[in-house]
Amino acid sequence: MALRLRIDPIACDGRGVCAELFPERVSLDDWGFPILDDDPIGRDLLEHARRAVAACPVLALRLERT
Amino acid sequence: MTSTLAPRVETAPAPESLPRLLSEVPRSWRDLVSHRRRAGVLPEVRREPRPDLIQAVERAGLRGKGGGAFSTAHKMEAVAAGAGRAVVVVNGAEGEPASGKDKLLLVRAPHLVLDGALAAAAAVGADQVVVAVDRHASEALDSVRRALGERLSYEPAPIPMRLVAVPTHYVSGEETALVRWLNGGEAKPTNTARPFERGVARRPTLLDNVETLAHVAQIVRWGPGWFRTVGTPNEPGSTLISLSGAVARPAVYEVPLGASLARVLEQSGGRLDQISAVLVGGYFGTWLTADNAAEARLSCEDLARFGSDLGCGVVIALPREACGVVESARVLSWLASSTAGQCGSCVHGLASIADTTGAVARGRAPRDAALQLMRWAEQIEGRGACRLPDGAARFLRSSLAAFQHEVDRHLRGAHCGQAPHVLPLPNPVRDSWR
Ligand code: SF4
Ligand code: SF4
Repeated sequence: MALRLRIDPIACDGRGVCAELFPERVSLDDWGFPILDDDPIGRDLLEHARRAVAACPVLALRLERT
Repeated sequence: MTSTLAPRVETAPAPESLPRLLSEVPRSWRDLVSHRRRAGVLPEVRREPRPDLIQAVERAGLRGKGGGAFSTAHKMEAVAAGAGRAVVVVNGAEGEPASGKDKLLLVRAPHLVLDGALAAAAAVGADQVVVAVDRHASEALDSVRRALGERLSYEPAPIPMRLVAVPTHYVSGEETALVRWLNGGEAKPTNTARPFERGVARRPTLLDNVETLAHVAQIVRWGPGWFRTVGTPNEPGSTLISLSGAVARPAVYEVPLGASLARVLEQSGGRLDQISAVLVGGYFGTWLTADNAAEARLSCEDLARFGSDLGCGVVIALPREACGVVESARVLSWLASSTAGQCGSCVHGLASIADTTGAVARGRAPRDAALQLMRWAEQIEGRGACRLPDGAARFLRSSLAAFQHEVDRHLRGAHCGQAPHVLPLPNPVRDSWR
């Protein structure tokens, strides 16, 4: 069982708070919308991931157990 | 008016002869009495799903004809296993510009499609059927309305069937978009629920393409063994091809899966030496170069050799005098205008791609434009709630590969001002989303 970042592309407004808070796993495309790394989030990064999820103003980002 | 139907057919049509679906197309077969005489009785719709019918579809090996090529029986199983009575939706949105097969079936063989919908309803234990047809396809709408009325004049419907007119947009026929609209929302894709679990009225919902259901009707009636007498072992049966472009007789053709593309082109009056490329699978599809087209067969298995598949069955032959770069740019611009405007990378990514491919076509793009386009194809893939960005990325990559030399010429400043426009694009319909 692994934790992965997931995004709802309809809800996301692309202001990129997540990429600022979690650059290890979130980059931005040429139009400023977040591209997520699909690798599982290890324990070392979990805190950062949670912070990015909590900071998303439109709840577009979540951590999913897969 | 009451009169009786004569469901008296004891022998299946000759197994290996085609057409099957299109045999109902001649005018004389269009009414219910002649349809029944030919197509026989329907399986009974009960409260419970009917595994026997799902099994018949499974053994036939039928795959969806709307573009996904997903196993129809597996879809039925998922819906039948859901909680609550199911709903069957006949997906006749057919937003693909060059596709005409679903409208043809709805206009010329409506009873076959309705039989398929009722057979599917029996299979999954549904208690209603919704026939969803493009709002601007007035002939198809009239035909289905007439056919539903005709049925009621003979006998009460086993379960209610209603006709709805769907907003005209490329993405309206996407399953989640159709369900969202049927539930009172906009005809735009969603990512909240999967229709087979929670679809129309939050009930398990089977959405099947018009052609798929026409095949279901015949499989249930004549059996999977009969169905498999044409086609290939992995892709049995026949399939409808909407063929246009550089052929003398553009039309919808019924061919066995695995048929030679070259032969189909020749039989419709096309000449391979006059064709520079063939688009297969519609605007989510891929280009075959003339050399590949010469040896390709019309099955997903064979087309996979060229990174291609049948998609919704659209085949367009590009004549030598047309320009592949211009045609591809036109399609990408149309795809960009087809966005539902919900996902950032789709809205902005497709717009950037359309602008740049347009500039390439006019001989006005920077020299590194092809590289830039490849980067963007990668960036938009998998980034939408629906597969529009993925389809556009695939079409873009295939265009850059199939017309590599032409793209190079355009990047050095050439343009093809005189080239005729071949690929059909609908006039932008300013339809609402509801
Ligand atoms: S913080 Fe939320 S809304 Fe902003 S870019 Fe990231 S996912 Fe999108
Ligand atoms: S990917 Fe594009 S077409 Fe699909 S839902 Fe998002 S915005 Fe709409």
